[in-house]
Amino acid sequence: MTRVHDMGGRFGDGPVHPEPEDAPVFAEDWHARALAVTLAAGSLGQWNIDVSRHARERLSPKDYARFSYYEKWISGLADLLVETGVLTDEDLRGETAGDKHPLTSRVLKSDAVAKVLASGGPADRPSNVRVKFEPGQKVVTARQAANRFVDGGHTRLPMYATGARGRILMIHGTYVLPDSSAHKLGDAPEPLYAVVFPASELWANPEHPQDEVVLDLWQSYLEPA
Amino acid sequence: MPHDDHDHPHALLPPDPALRVKALETILTRKGLIDPAALDEIIDTYQNKIGPQNGARVVAKAWVDPEFKAELLKDATSVVADLGFYGRQGEHMVVVENTPEQHNMVVCTLCSCYPWPLLGIPPGWYKSDAYRARAVREPRKVLAEFGVTLPTTSSVRVWDSTAEVRYLVLPMRPLGTDGLSEDELVGLVTRDSMIGTGLPEEPS
Repeated sequence: MTRVHDMGGRFGDGPVHPEPEDAPVFAEDWHARALAVTLAAGSLGQWNIDVSRHARERLSPKDYARFSYYEKWISGLADLLVETGVLTDEDLRGETAGDKHPLTSRVLKSDAVAKVLASGGPADRPSNVRVKFEPGQKVVTARQAANRFVDGGHTRLPMYATGARGRILMIHGTYVLPDSSAHKLGDAPEPLYAVVFPASELWANPEHPQDEVVLDLWQSYLEPA
Repeated sequence: MPHDDHDHPHALLPPDPALRVKALETILTRKGLIDPAALDEIIDTYQNKIGPQNGARVVAKAWVDPEFKAELLKDATSVVADLGFYGRQGEHMVVVENTPEQHNMVVCTLCSCYPWPLLGIPPGWYKSDAYRARAVREPRKVLAEFGVTLPTTSSVRVWDSTAEVRYLVLPMRPLGTDGLSEDELVGLVTRDSMIGTGLPEEPS
């Protein structure tokens, strides 16, 4: 069992409402602020991308469903700041003064922004885990979308793709394993594959017999079929 | 009045989202943990500098230059980096080509993964529950909501971005564009055509 964010295939959400191509990038000023505060706080170096994704996923199902997109970001960020000890509950309540913080030397300055955004954070790493599958090979995904290290932990195998038979389409290389990284258990890099599944393997009533879904899946999510 | 789950620290901030962001920004600024000028710089970058015009440049170039296209489909990351498109949320790029037999469409069912250096910040619909939930199960119905109907002779391949690899769709070049230059073709490439929920514009 996964969490509320794992919604691929779910029924009941109604139509998609496309916005025009020229709609503003940020519908509200606070959306832009929420994104920028989140990126800037990330630069303090107290967590990685997997930790921050998991912080949003750990919002209660009620909050997750009720919050708009950037509300999830800002709320996940507030939780992370307290969990990592950067801020305290009292800070969030506004009960503390603006004392100098030990992390101020890490603050993202405006003249560093372009460089930080342009350099990104690659997720490929050397690994001594042997590549087990080759393109074209048939595989089956794990029966459960579950983190093997932490109960209820982060994983990137969606529930709709569990126990499904597909074939290896591409070998991407060896990548940080989010299941480990999200819990600060190390990068644990291993082979990552693009795996293609016939829609009929995933859905009771696929729209077309030739349709397919591709997912990027780590080697430990897969077994030979 | 709904209340946040009180086990979480975020519930200590004001419930109104705009005020919640403002409060957190103020607290972090007072502690010297964020520089408001850096926030302005980040916003300016994604509002004005990085957006679908980057991806459109890549697509138009692929339409006019077969050698570039072959390289792009083989190793997108280094090819687009050579054009200056690299960075956060675009560290590992794969470009997938639409053909008369196969239409590609990209989603992130678990969150909102999207190729920022080529397309900018994702539009609201891409991050919506409806798109995330339905794109994998009923892509053709979703496409119809974008006004796109595919022939039954075309299959749909949906890419669920579950890792740090980011996908860009290379749409088919519209008919009747043989005489157009690369710069003119850029104007026909829509954002949605590079996500796979739309098609390029027809030449006028």
